[in-house]
Amino acid sequence: MTKILVIAEHLDGKLNPSTARAVSAAAAVKPEAIDVLVLADNADAIAAEAAKIEGVTRVLTANRTENAHALAAVLAPQVAKAAAGYSHVFAPSTTFGKDLGPRVAALLGVPQVSDVMTVEGSHTFKRPVYAGNAIVTVEADPALPVVATIRTASWPAAAIGANSAPVEALGLDVALPSHTRFVELKQGKSDRPDLQSASKVVSGGRGVGSKENFEIIYKFADRIGAAVGASRAAVDAGYVPNEMQVGQTGKIIAPELYMAIGISGAIQHLTGIKDAGTIVAINKDAEAPIFEVADIGLVGDLFKIIPELESAL
Amino acid sequence: MKILVGYKRVVDYNVRIQVKPDGTGVVTEGVKLSANPFDDIALEEALRLREKGVAEEVVIVGIGPADLTAHLRNGLAMGANRAIHVTTAEAIQPLTAARTFLKLVEKEQPGLVILGKQAIDDDANQTGQMLAALWDRPQATFASKVEIAEGKATVTREVDAGLETIEAELPAVITTDLRLNEPRFIKLPDIMKAKSKPIEVIEFASLGVEAGGHLKTTHYAAPPKRSKGVMVNDAAELVATLKQKGLL
Repeated sequence: MTKILVIAEHLDGKLNPSTARAVSAAAAVKPEAIDVLVLADNADAIAAEAAKIEGVTRVLTANRTENAHALAAVLAPQVAKAAAGYSHVFAPSTTFGKDLGPRVAALLGVPQVSDVMTVEGSHTFKRPVYAGNAIVTVEADPALPVVATIRTASWPAAAIGANSAPVEALGLDVALPSHTRFVELKQGKSDRPDLQSASKVVSGGRGVGSKENFEIIYKFADRIGAAVGASRAAVDAGYVPNEMQVGQTGKIIAPELYMAIGISGAIQHLTGIKDAGTIVAINKDAEAPIFEVADIGLVGDLFKIIPELESAL
Repeated sequence: MKILVGYKRVVDYNVRIQVKPDGTGVVTEGVKLSANPFDDIALEEALRLREKGVAEEVVIVGIGPADLTAHLRNGLAMGANRAIHVTTAEAIQPLTAARTFLKLVEKEQPGLVILGKQAIDDDANQTGQMLAALWDRPQATFASKVEIAEGKATVTREVDAGLETIEAELPAVITTDLRLNEPRFIKLPDIMKAKSKPIEVIEFASLGVEAGGHLKTTHYAAPPKRSKGVMVNDAAELVATLKQKGLL
């Protein structure tokens, strides 16, 4: 029997869009049921949102004060217990899912399939290795539960609105460790669209030159309603905070339009944007590797080109 | 305190990987191999903790074939006190790696295990979390800052929303992110000194690591190629092209 448990990601009482993407991947397995598990200190509002996701059979809640912050050591034993009777446990391949998934898998004594790109069968998946330079087909043992993280950039979010799945409180009688404690979260507050779900992204690299110069990227992004990303070089140089990094070790994104400005295009960066609809590269170096993957390229000085773009809009 | 550091050898991050035409793997013959970049960061952090007096001993662990010795010598030259080489000709998946580390943890009783957040070959990002689960100890993944005091680690983690700080009672498992530190370069005299540092060789089979729970990799493929792009001459042409595609 194929039944999938999807672990909901949420922050500040709001469901993260990555959850609906994981539900899409679950639906591709064609299971008999897709249940979403919300672990929180107050799951009600989040569960109500999850219940609207198309394809969701039930929403299960685990309300505990210990679940106020997503600590893998605290959540994993609960997920492992809730996983009984399910053939698959899916979590989004975000920092939340990457932290939690392997801990759950180890408690269940099974391997994890990381970053599922496509579902080939109930136990066969494709995933990227070597910074996305090879795609492997992996088969999990059909006799064991499958724990997988879902590469969010590979899956559209399941529609939200039409469904109204029942919400049930789950009594998970599990002793929780106190050896790991939350201290604080410093969020980069931004009114701009979320990098991982935006349809347009403008990214800047080392070529932007300084933190102050990055204003030109923000201004242009705001003009076209885009989220702002960055290369590792720009983050390391301190131009922007780390959560804006796009690439193998940062965020993997798939916007309809990706504009790489002053980014040379290292392998590790290209991994993060391979699934973008249209890639635009603006760089003064005509030999930059970014032009090998760009759909539209423009060679020139970004400080001259961006103002020209703004006036052409 | 003793710190155990995972030190994996991978295809160098600058190599452009080629998938074998028959789909059985990627070409690794004659390809440059290096320490996994995240493991260099893990080792650097352990060395800094030793230099601060937090730890007395740094032990690197490699799991792999007989010729892993040269790789482990690099870690010793960087500053590790000694190395443990678990020998096996098999490719080890994260769950098996975690089970192997657990055996070494039981043997060595470290106060801290530092691993890279992911290896740049399998990109799994699992071993540290799995070890922490099997060991039933805290995990602090994607660390960009580590402070050890009074029996606990205060770790800043790079999460999607920003920077999260957690406290983890020791012993614990920490996995490193890119911005934790800048690994030091190996100096020539240290390479000579490393030759006399001990490498303990342990047969994988002798550890009694629980078997099972493997994924079967049935096929390797090159990623789909993007179609050839076009070059435009100026900003006006770029805007016109994007408008034509309905993107602006």
